Amino acid sequence: MSKISITINDEPYKVESGQTIMEACKEHNIKIPSMCHFDGLTDVGACRLCLVEIEGQSKLLPSCTTQVEPNQKIRTHSDRLSGHRQMITELFFSERNHVCAVCVANGNCELQDLATEVGMKHVRFPYLFQECEVDASHAMFVIDHNRCIMCTRCVRVCSEVEGAHNWDVKNRGYKVRIISDFDTPWGESESCTSCRKCVEVCPTGSLWSKDKAQGQSKKNPQMIKDLIEKRKVNL
Amino acid sequence: MDYHEFEELSAKLKTQESMNSHKICVCCGAGCLSSGSEKILTDLQSRVKEQGLEDKIKVSASGCMGPCNQGPLVKIKPDETIYETVSSENLDTILDQHVKQQKPVPELMLFHEFRDTPYTNALEDPFFKEQHKIVLHNCGNIDPESIDEYIAVGGYRALARAINLLSPEEVIAEIKHSRLRGRGGAGFPTGLKFETVYKYVADQKYVVCNGDEGDPGAFMDRSVLEGDPHRVIEGMVIAAYAVGASQGFAYIRGEYPTAISRFETAIKQARKLGLLGKSVMNSSFAFDIEIRIGAGAFVCGEETALCASIEGKRGTPRPRPPYPAESGLWGKPTLINNVETLANIAPIIEHGGEWYTQLGTTKSAGTKVFALAGKVQYSGLIEVPMGTSLRKIIFDIGGGIQDGKKFKAAQTGGPSGGCIPEQHLDTPVDYESLAELGSIMGSGGLIVMDETSNMIDVAKYFMEFCMDESCGKCVPCRVGTKQLYDMLDRIVTGKAVQRDLDLLKQLAVMVKECSLCGLGMSAPNPLLSTLRYFHEEYDEQIRKNEILLQANG
Ligand SMILES: Cc1cc2nc3c(=O)[nH]c(=O)nc-3n(C[C@H](O)[C@H](O)[C@H](O)COP(=O)(O)O)c2cc1C
Ligand code: SF4
Ligand code: FES
Repeated sequence: MSKISITINDEPYKVESGQTIMEACKEHNIKIPSMCHFDGLTDVGACRLCLVEIEGQSKLLPSCTTQVEPNQKIRTHSDRLSGHRQMITELFFSERNHVCAVCVANGNCELQDLATEVGMKHVRFPYLFQECEVDASHAMFVIDHNRCIMCTRCVRVCSEVEGAHNWDVKNRGYKVRIISDFDTPWGESESCTSCRKCVEVCPTGSLWSKDKAQGQSKKNPQMIKDLIEKRKVNL
Repeated sequence: MDYHEFEELSAKLKTQESMNSHKICVCCGAGCLSSGSEKILTDLQSRVKEQGLEDKIKVSASGCMGPCNQGPLVKIKPDETIYETVSSENLDTILDQHVKQQKPVPELMLFHEFRDTPYTNALEDPFFKEQHKIVLHNCGNIDPESIDEYIAVGGYRALARAINLLSPEEVIAEIKHSRLRGRGGAGFPTGLKFETVYKYVADQKYVVCNGDEGDPGAFMDRSVLEGDPHRVIEGMVIAAYAVGASQGFAYIRGEYPTAISRFETAIKQARKLGLLGKSVMNSSFAFDIEIRIGAGAFVCGEETALCASIEGKRGTPRPRPPYPAESGLWGKPTLINNVETLANIAPIIEHGGEWYTQLGTTKSAGTKVFALAGKVQYSGLIEVPMGTSLRKIIFDIGGGIQDGKKFKAAQTGGPSGGCIPEQHLDTPVDYESLAELGSIMGSGGLIVMDETSNMIDVAKYFMEFCMDESCGKCVPCRVGTKQLYDMLDRIVTGKAVQRDLDLLKQLAVMVKECSLCGLGMSAPNPLLSTLRYFHEEYDEQIRKNEILLQANG
């Protein structure tokens, strides 16, 4: 891989060609908010938090799927971007029923961290109060759709790393929901191997282990990232 | 069939057609079918038979003739006389007087209720006079289920020419020269897209015809697929030859059963004549087409979602790049073009790119088909040179506003477009001008609204459409369109105040700038354009709301 020169927030950097903007930024300790991205899984560009400005481009581009180009001038933070990121975060909170006080992930939640990171003070939009199921039919785990933000990390880790493809998506628009198998209770799944990878990568308290009470869920996404790396080496 | 044999067949079919003294076309476009034209067709066929006129008169079904409101329509050729709202009872009069005695019947002619003297040659009527039909040239004039009729009017000659006389590079050069731009909405230069796909080296390439047409009220592509399917197939084969593809897919929405069945028939006929298959026109070029039926999701018209859908996956868009030209169906270079774009290919190859640039404007060459609807006198399917003003379309072709009411706004581009007010009626219709006005050309929906329309309702209607059709993948569109819709609803139901309107505007901008695909990026357009041109309606509604809310504590 060859090195190319780019500019991030007016500072010059040398980065690997072929890298995504997000990877390049991470290497140089520039933090860009993100939610659907998970190291090692296919990027889907869905949460739109990682959008950056690129000089000469009229559109904002997701840094998780956009590759660095020679002489690219990137801006990862601006008033416009932080305004958008705050609003996106507010939309997340307004969409379903995120009641931190009773959540297993309280204090260990990427959505909470995001709200802090983007400086969200309150939610300006009315809550949609959507009706969401809690499926506790699995022997060890629960999926609580009230807390799901549709990042689809679980779908991807199950399909791409575990190879089981238990999870998928049904419906469209704000009515989208994660489904197990062909929309049957998780406990009856024929494809789930109970490997708990989905639980570890879930950024919120949507997927959790039954042995955890309020505030106790501490996920281990790093384990999954390491696993993906190790499997790459073996290949 | 090789080049020589094709030329012979073409000449023979042409002579055959010219043997008839009259050809009577019964419009079997969607509009006329719904007003009972199928019965008119069979009745007419049996009368012609009864009266022993079969040798002289040919009766054919045809595609959409245009003035859909006046159906069932029957056209007598070569006189080009169109009769409107034809019933089985009128058929004898038309046959006796017009066909046998050469005395056309004014009181049954198209638009007779609107014109002092209706036009015997319908092409002289203002509705047709300002039009220029390239894409719709055969629509309403030939039987869509007869490859013979298509070949008789010069069909597949462009393909024969391309394969036998032109290299792929030359075909691409011709399309580039024509300055044809994609008719699916975005207006991307078609020649450039051809060239991009051509340049990628791959063991397999694909050509996809996008016939998903999900905009509410749009029926341009449907009319072309139903009225002249061979034209689209010919365009696809030429495109495949140019880019080096061996497999094609026609993605047609499931709500168009007639289009699907006529397209299927056309594919079979083309295969039979060797115009599709392992050796197209006896050359070493192989290409075939399969139909894929869409299940009615608007977003599946978006090219990356369309690819996913054809592959059998959930139809959701993915970020571009890579564009389908580089990595489309199953990761292979894929040319995706709209139905109308493809219908322009054969005429361009036949008459040359230069010919095409004679029509339209510098940046937008050629013609555009519109589905003219709403409060105009004469609605229907029209085709005009690019650059024609909205005023001409609405007042000359469309005959102005119904019931003597006042014009208020023209909506172009459907749920992705905007509303254009009176003061911009003289704007030439082309990609750039419409974008400058905060609307888009879109695929060709054109809805005319009169003074009774409430613009907040219009914005709300389209927002509801986008909210329902959002695939739900990205947050700005998934939750944003729902919140925008709810806010608009609160405005019209008296619950919103000034603060809400300010937030509405901010959210609209965020959804536009942050959404993943064109659906979300353009979903705020109807709202933003009504805010731009009809702000006073919002202000007044908000003022009313605030007074009422205050009064009620
Ligand atoms: C939400 C959405 C829906 C679309 N629907 C259609 C459609 O129904 N037909 C179509 O031709 N293009 C549609 N497009 C545009 C396609 O993505 C693509 O640009 C087009 O088919 C390219 O063909 P063209 O270059 O010939 O216009 C849609 C785009 C979006 C974002
Ligand atoms: S903009 Fe809307 S339709 Fe497009 S990917 Fe996002 S949610 Fe799906
Ligand atoms: S992390 Fe890039 S869009 Fe979500």
